[in-house]
Amino acid sequence: MEEACDRCTTIPGRAPFETLTLDLFSRKSNPVPCSATRSKKRPRCVEEWSSFEPLTEELLSLILDKLDSNPFDKKAFSLVSRSFYAAESRHRRMLRPLRSDLIPTVLSRYPSVTHLDFSLCPRVGDGSLAAVAGSLRSSVRSVDLSRSRSFSHVGIESLAVNCAGLVEINLSNRTDLDDLAAAAIGKARNLERLWLARCKMVTDLGLGCIAVGCPKLRLLCLRWCLGLSDLGVGLVAVKCRNLRSLDLSYMMITKKCLPSIFQLQYLEDLALVGCVGIDDEALLSLKQGCKSLEVLDLSNQRVSLLGLSSILSRTPGLRQLSLAYYSLVTHSMSNGLKNLSNLQSIKLDGCQVTSAGLKSIGSSCISLRELSLSKCSGVTDEGLSSIVKKHKDLAKLDITCCRNITDVSLASITSSCTSLTSLRMESCSLISTEGFRLIGKSCHLLEEIDLTDNDLDNEGLKALSHCHRLTSLKIGICLKINDEGLVHVGKSCPKLQELDLYRTVGITDKGVIEVARGCPMLQMINLAYCTGITNESLISLSKCSKLSDLEIRGCPQVSSSGISAISVGCRQITKLDMKKCYYINDAAMLTLARFSQNLRQINLSYCSITDVGLLALASISCLQNMTILHLAGLTPNGLAASLLACSGLTKVKLHSSFKSFISQLLLQHVEARGCSFQWIDKPFQVELEPNELWKQQSQDLFVE
Amino acid sequence: MDHKDRPTFGNSSEMNVPSGNLNANQMFSRSGSREICFDDRSKQTIPEFTPPLHKSALYSCRPELIIAKPGPIESSSFVNNQAMDWDPRAMLGNLSFLEQKVHQIQDIVGSIMKNGGQFPLHQVDPAPGQQLMNSDLTSIVIQLISAAGALLPSMRSATANLPSNPSVAPLASIVGSGSNGSFQQNKLYPLVETMNSEYDELIKDVSDDGFEGANTIAAEDQDVKDNEDGGLDGENLPPGSYEVLQLEKEEILAPHTHFCSICGKGFKRDANLRMHMRGHGDKYKTPAALAKPTKEASLEPVLIKRYSCPFLGCKRNKEHKKFQPLKTILCVKNHYKRSHCAKSYTCRRCNTKKFSVLADLKTHEKHCGRDKWLCSCGTTFSRKDKLFGHVALFQGHSPALPSDEIKGSGASDQGRGSEAPTEVETGGNNFMANYIDNVDVLDFYKGFDNEPSNLSPLSFDPFNDGGLDEFPRASFDPLENGFSFLPSGS
Repeated sequence: MEEACDRCTTIPGRAPFETLTLDLFSRKSNPVPCSATRSKKRPRCVEEWSSFEPLTEELLSLILDKLDSNPFDKKAFSLVSRSFYAAESRHRRMLRPLRSDLIPTVLSRYPSVTHLDFSLCPRVGDGSLAAVAGSLRSSVRSVDLSRSRSFSHVGIESLAVNCAGLVEINLSNRTDLDDLAAAAIGKARNLERLWLARCKMVTDLGLGCIAVGCPKLRLLCLRWCLGLSDLGVGLVAVKCRNLRSLDLSYMMITKKCLPSIFQLQYLEDLALVGCVGIDDEALLSLKQGCKSLEVLDLSNQRVSLLGLSSILSRTPGLRQLSLAYYSLVTHSMSNGLKNLSNLQSIKLDGCQVTSAGLKSIGSSCISLRELSLSKCSGVTDEGLSSIVKKHKDLAKLDITCCRNITDVSLASITSSCTSLTSLRMESCSLISTEGFRLIGKSCHLLEEIDLTDNDLDNEGLKALSHCHRLTSLKIGICLKINDEGLVHVGKSCPKLQELDLYRTVGITDKGVIEVARGCPMLQMINLAYCTGITNESLISLSKCSKLSDLEIRGCPQVSSSGISAISVGCRQITKLDMKKCYYINDAAMLTLARFSQNLRQINLSYCSITDVGLLALASISCLQNMTILHLAGLTPNGLAASLLACSGLTKVKLHSSFKSFISQLLLQHVEARGCSFQWIDKPFQVELEPNELWKQQSQDLFVE
Repeated sequence: MDHKDRPTFGNSSEMNVPSGNLNANQMFSRSGSREICFDDRSKQTIPEFTPPLHKSALYSCRPELIIAKPGPIESSSFVNNQAMDWDPRAMLGNLSFLEQKVHQIQDIVGSIMKNGGQFPLHQVDPAPGQQLMNSDLTSIVIQLISAAGALLPSMRSATANLPSNPSVAPLASIVGSGSNGSFQQNKLYPLVETMNSEYDELIKDVSDDGFEGANTIAAEDQDVKDNEDGGLDGENLPPGSYEVLQLEKEEILAPHTHFCSICGKGFKRDANLRMHMRGHGDKYKTPAALAKPTKEASLEPVLIKRYSCPFLGCKRNKEHKKFQPLKTILCVKNHYKRSHCAKSYTCRRCNTKKFSVLADLKTHEKHCGRDKWLCSCGTTFSRKDKLFGHVALFQGHSPALPSDEIKGSGASDQGRGSEAPTEVETGGNNFMANYIDNVDVLDFYKGFDNEPSNLSPLSFDPFNDGGLDEFPRASFDPLENGFSFLPSGS
């Protein structure tokens, strides 16, 4: 009992006496780490408590294991009773706080958290990190600070010194972190995974401290660390012998550090994207092979075939190879690939490919699972057919923007690669209904298909709907589709999670209603510029309780009642884009504020929203990203008030005309809280351009 | 052998022959407060590295000498003072002091002669009285030398200079026991009054002497330069095989060495003088007059010319026991300026390093700034890749951030215990080097801050037991942070 009392006194704003009396009522000796439960509910909890008494802690823990999918379930669980609350507190391992100022309280509730993800907190001060270090001294294993600012080397040092179990820390995107911070990281002796992407101020000295201080490093990401050179990287390679994964993309490294990297005996994953200092000479000068290397990314490299075959001959164990934006893929490349018996994935995005080249790749590789030819020029039916015929196990194929391929290719793809799970073929506009029919006929394992900007019609869509496992279907800008086709999708694709209907103008409520009925797992739907849809669609979509991302941009028939239905039905909604839905007004905002407590991003441009609606919206504590352009009813005062009220904001797009009306002090204050402003100066444009006109324009652009 | 900076040895005579010293103390009673302050400082720093060498001889043999420290402070500085602002009165005083001392010596030698007959009896176990007498003799002779040195009127900047120790050592060994001599040596430095700017030179001398062979200290600043100046260290000419010339210091310090016999204008180069001479008449315009004076010497074997430094007691001075001549006049100039002159050129970037030769300053300024690549073990490198090579080679070493950054962080990297044995050696040496380099006290701390491992017991083991106890810790209190590790080290 005393222990309980002690714990209570540490919670500010709560009288210890109150908790003490409550504890007298509870029959359990183990006291609740009292905090956030609302005192109103407590008496009820106590009453119900007895009915769950037989459930032991182990059982509760097992139940909690099953509740991972939906965060609300856990919340509900913890509200059942005090013991449930305590069980949930002890069970939680992962924490993604929204605001860092509540960290101390939150940590006292969840003592066994191991993973701390601060990616939703724009500002995390040294104090918060010190609190983490203090209360999760031994348990915390992973900290993600990649999206946070305002902490310094002092905070990092407190983490590194106090948390002996810290194995993973992400400090990416802190362009102002310097060597001191790096030296602080170097004090985390047990660190295994470290991300320092875009930490441009870190120099070799700092990296040297890390290399010496963290000998157990397995993963190191130094992408865009422009302050580093060969010396630092070389030292890392010498000191951290356990490195498995090393990302050196876009660094100013040269051949000097390559030999020591290739001596890392466990290295599996090496990324050298866009390293301008690494050329043929560097690759040719390599004397030693790296047998353990499995993943090699040489995208955006200025190497020729000579250097490439040199490095490939030294990495016989390669499973994945990325050569995106490699200049020219020809027949002679196959020599290098022949040695790679384990090669499963090859990415040639943006390369200039010849048919002979594809053919020789197809014949020299033994068994490819993944092939990406996205945006390659020179991909023909002949080349593609020859490569897919050899690799019947292909699971993922990306032929985005290979505009010359026709049904011939699809015939060979579908005939040989029946186990395809992912097919991306945006802008392959020569493929006809026959091709889609073949897909629907043979590729029953297909889970993801991207047919954006294809010549897809209702017939084709009907054929595709035979792929019952589809989770992601993207059929944006397929102007020939209407409800008739979409109904089939709704009827036969129950696993659908993602549906992109961007500018599929033929779609009306009928199709959407069918989808909403047939696809209960729907998480994301894009109905932008489907001018035919109304509130009916939204009301039907509100049945999809998992919906988190909804875009109804440019749907002028939608009004507040539709949005209200969504916000009541889809409690997990996080992203909402309702730009140019002119009839949406404050009423929608009021319901959103009431029900959609998870809303994180919203676009309200051109809506009929006034200060009242925006202020209501500002009460959503999760809200981070707002785009509020051309709101006729918005006054500077209302905007200022809602900016002040919405403390979690990280990014706000505003019209530049407001800039002069809002006090500079206020802007500075909001910015100091971690929000960045983007001032847009677009003219007010009410009219929606017809979709046909839009497509014509985009095609004209392409021809040019 | 006389040297003006010797007076400090009055200390020992004060103890042993009080009557003789009384006069001197009265006579030299105008020591300023500044000297005393300075003296405090030097006392702090110097014993810190001398003990390791002489500890056994020093502290075990003659503990009573240590206690007597404060006495000689005064008697030390005024001699310099006298020399500094020279006046006939003081000179007279010096002379009478000399006279007195000579009488003392006479007495002592007389008594030695008297005892000489008894020697065979006491050979196995020499009487302690004999020893005392010997040391008396030593101290008096040294006093003599220093007083006589003070008589030299024109030594302007030279007052700052210490007696270089090589000259002391033989002296001490001649008269007294070796341990005695070295002790006095140690005590000497704190007592000598020097300007702040000249202070580092002082330390250099100490180190020069104390760590001969193993020292990188002087190598960094002085010896190396002397060698490149053409010191005959590697030459090993047998004495006598060359002609030794000694220029006067006025000559050495003169900006010009070639003067026109007609108008008196000075030139740095003879060629320029010859060109100048043309203006004085046609007779200087003849090809013969304009030609470079040829070496007719090629016919007959000419004695090689070598140069001696005019500074008495200097290793480059011909009187020195281990005389090492200088090769050229330029060497003499550079050596003299570096070793015996005030360092008047201050680096504008770091504002700490001072040089007496302009070229040295320029060389330094090229590298001054962020060129010290520092390892956690305290070793510095002029190049980053060398540092990284070093760090890659040794377990536990890591690059150290610049000290200002460290200070910002508040907590410096504490020593890592595991050092390769070879590192201890170099680390220790470099530590010394650093110390010597950064005479500025703050800089000195910085040096410490960055090289904690030097103070680990391991690194000091070879030559330390209790040596660090002499380290005056109290005086570092203001900067305790940097020194928090010290107790464990000592």
